[in-house]
Amino acid sequence: MTMIDTAEPGKKSRARPSFYFRYMVEPYLYLTPAIVLIALVMLVPLVIGISYAFQSVNLLRPFQSGWVGLANFEALWSDRKFWLAMTNTFWWTLGSIFFQFFLGLGLAMLLNTQFHCKRIVQALVFLPWAVPTFLSALTWAWLFNPTIGPLPHWLAALGILSEPFNILGDKHLAMWGPVTANVWFGIPFFAITLLAALQSIPGELYEAAEIDGATAWQSFTKITLPFLAPMIAITVMLRTIWIANFADLIFVMTGGGPANSTQILSTYIFTTAFRKLDFGYASAIAVALLGLLLIYAAILLVLRRKLVKI
Amino acid sequence: MARIELNNIAKAYGPVEVMRDINLTIDDGEFIVLVGPSGCGKSTLLRMIAGLEPISGGDFTVDGKRMNEVPPRDRDMAMVFQSYALYPHMDVARNMGFSLEIRKAANEERVSKVQEAARTLGLSKLTERLPKQLSGGQRQRVAMGRAIVRDPSAFLFDEPLSNLDAALRVEMRLEIARLHQRLKATMIYVTHDQVEALTLADRIVVLNAGDIQQVGTPLDLYETPANKFVAQFIGSPTMNILEIEPKQGGLSLKNGANLGVGLTNAQAGARELGVRPEHLNIVSPEEAHISGTAELVEHLGSDTNIHANVPGIGQVLVREHGHFALKSGDPVGIALDLEKTHLFDADGRRLAA
Amino acid sequence: MSTLRNSSPLAVTGKYLALGFYVAFALFPLYWLVKIAITPDKLIFTEGTALFPSEFTFENFQTVLIATDFLSYFKNSVIVSVGTAAITTAIAAAAGYAFSRFVFRGKRLIIALMLITQMFPLLMIIAPIYKIVAAVGLLNSLTSLIIVYTAFNIPFATFLMQSFFDGIPKDLEEAGMIDGCTRFEALRKIILPLTLPGLGATLGFVFTAAWSELLFALMLINSNDTMTFPVGLLTFVSKFSVDWGQMMAAGVLALVPSCLFFIFIQRYLVQGLTSGAVKG
Repeated sequence: MTMIDTAEPGKKSRARPSFYFRYMVEPYLYLTPAIVLIALVMLVPLVIGISYAFQSVNLLRPFQSGWVGLANFEALWSDRKFWLAMTNTFWWTLGSIFFQFFLGLGLAMLLNTQFHCKRIVQALVFLPWAVPTFLSALTWAWLFNPTIGPLPHWLAALGILSEPFNILGDKHLAMWGPVTANVWFGIPFFAITLLAALQSIPGELYEAAEIDGATAWQSFTKITLPFLAPMIAITVMLRTIWIANFADLIFVMTGGGPANSTQILSTYIFTTAFRKLDFGYASAIAVALLGLLLIYAAILLVLRRKLVKI
Repeated sequence: MARIELNNIAKAYGPVEVMRDINLTIDDGEFIVLVGPSGCGKSTLLRMIAGLEPISGGDFTVDGKRMNEVPPRDRDMAMVFQSYALYPHMDVARNMGFSLEIRKAANEERVSKVQEAARTLGLSKLTERLPKQLSGGQRQRVAMGRAIVRDPSAFLFDEPLSNLDAALRVEMRLEIARLHQRLKATMIYVTHDQVEALTLADRIVVLNAGDIQQVGTPLDLYETPANKFVAQFIGSPTMNILEIEPKQGGLSLKNGANLGVGLTNAQAGARELGVRPEHLNIVSPEEAHISGTAELVEHLGSDTNIHANVPGIGQVLVREHGHFALKSGDPVGIALDLEKTHLFDADGRRLAA
Repeated sequence: MSTLRNSSPLAVTGKYLALGFYVAFALFPLYWLVKIAITPDKLIFTEGTALFPSEFTFENFQTVLIATDFLSYFKNSVIVSVGTAAITTAIAAAAGYAFSRFVFRGKRLIIALMLITQMFPLLMIIAPIYKIVAAVGLLNSLTSLIIVYTAFNIPFATFLMQSFFDGIPKDLEEAGMIDGCTRFEALRKIILPLTLPGLGATLGFVFTAAWSELLFALMLINSNDTMTFPVGLLTFVSKFSVDWGQMMAAGVLALVPSCLFFIFIQRYLVQGLTSGAVKG
């Protein structure tokens, strides 16, 4: 702010820059550090990363590097593992988001009422979000292990499993493991954001609805949901993208196995890049994933514009 | 003390011009009220004067010095906000003395000025409270106190009373009038309430859709409104507007009633006649210019408002002094005080005789 | 409102049952973590599925604190997380303020760019970042981690700070500017004191995120001296043929600061996202 010389308003030549400064340049003073960091640490590497998708960058074959055009993508097209990972990504994301959202919504609605020890309860139920990811992955892996965890025994007792075995080792059931851990970890996010949205709904609206004779269910569908809709749209979109990109849980719990039954695109990227050291191919998978997510976001944004009226 | 001049001031948001060619001279020590319906640009104009909103064109000068690009802190103006904008984390004394604190005034000076202002406004016992511990009226006083302490060259008020209840509003209005008498400072006051405008102003500026409609003393605006908008905006209840048909031999209303007055040449283009409710009287059928039935009678004690339905003309509002014994449904004859009528042309301009 | 409706005893019981379910679901895995950490090694497998260990011991904690490099990992993590949280919050507060208070050219573009950073798989940029960091000679330094984490967290922190600023009426800093402040002074003396809960929430949020990041730390740090605790914890797996008890004890210890931080900030997080909660 040192350059403003406004004590002499008579001098037009000096006053002009300060005028310009105040309304056009000043916001960028506040934004520059953020923009520079994001550009250098995220956007530049992103462009480089995308360019890898069109190159052969394999640390195991360092002499064959160079531009290869669309070769990586052609390989991708005929890669059975890629299509399997894509299907798994779909189920992983859908299952996680479905339970996270509805359980999170339920929790937010509960926390929006009055009850004893509310502060403590709220702090406790939000706690899973603060747990480092791989620690929760390990804990859940333990819980599912029949020798050291109680879950298989409980499931067997309930008749859901025929005998207490580790579902993480079962081709058909393995995905439920990481999904459960992810739901546990992700409920607080939805609960926090939806609780915030619930609290900003004016109480008079419910009173007006009650006087108009609305039932509890009607005021939920006619008032609560429409008011939550913008927040729901944005959080579901961000979370879906985030979950689809989220490799840590699966990587620590199952490593993509057994028999690739829990291999999702992001874990496939990770193993391709850091086990096979084939960065070109890994980037091609990542670009494909990015493309899918962009399409998804675009569809959701269009839907949001059509459905959300507030 | 300051003489403020606006020369061809314009305001645009991007390509959208919302205000242009605003010209206004405010004399030193004058109390000017900017009034108009919501969205007319009165607050924007005030904020441009304060420096909170960039001026897109024209010259804004204070005592002859161009101030367009001067930031608010160097304009030496104090402002009272509609929301009061008290700093929630500072007590009353610190709120009032904040401008002196920023200017690094001596401690004793600050304390004595704050104490003096607090005494004038009856806030002496509240100086250590936080804004959230005050009532609406007290907050309003603190906001005024903050302005007084600075001893600025001009005071700006942005609808300062609109968040108060009716009784408090009257009280604070008097307080502001007294303040102006005592300080003799230039004051610019924005309101949509014409009663505030009429009671406080030396001169009123009526704005509509970004244009100045008229500038004048309260009496000027009441007696000789420049156009139909001002005529209807100033005065309560609102002026009646009746369609007319200029005919040979004088002025007649739409239902054919001849008022028996001639038109000057200047008034040849008259299309409508305006007459305030207080300039209409309920009379016997023989003396009446027009007649109809009383649809609704409001007994206010000091006055009686009669909403009459006149066939061929429509609703006409008559205001009689004191209690007037009349029921809904009664037939009424209405006479116009022909000295006090106004004629408007097709564009709504008032036509002088 | 809904409290009136829920007054039937059945509904109240249902509500408390549901709350009980959520609390149990949230806490049980954490309990299991603690249980394994305090179970003596010999009992870990024999009493694997028992809800309570028949004996308990703090030996694992002792070993972790004394015989391993845990304290060094812990110290590194504290440096990285506190550094990241402080720098991110400062930068995001400035950017959030600009978004909240200014209308300017390029605003939409910048917001769009920030949203894009939330969309792509971060895995994609590990390799390029590794190359860049190696090129400037910052491998195995905590500085590189702080810079990278700061950039990752800025977009979300900025949106969070913006919503806090949006909750503070513009009138306040305008009054300040009329009272003689520059915009920056008004920000410092009037707006920032009012945003303290928001700053706290952002600090805590970024702290927890930095505290648990694994992949980039794994890539950028090889030397034992500069390992953060998630990376260090993985060495328990490889070095000592997985000593689960010790690993869990280390995990419990590492969990404490981030959980404490989060319990402290979660209220402000809700408040900050509630538009207009700060008003009045």
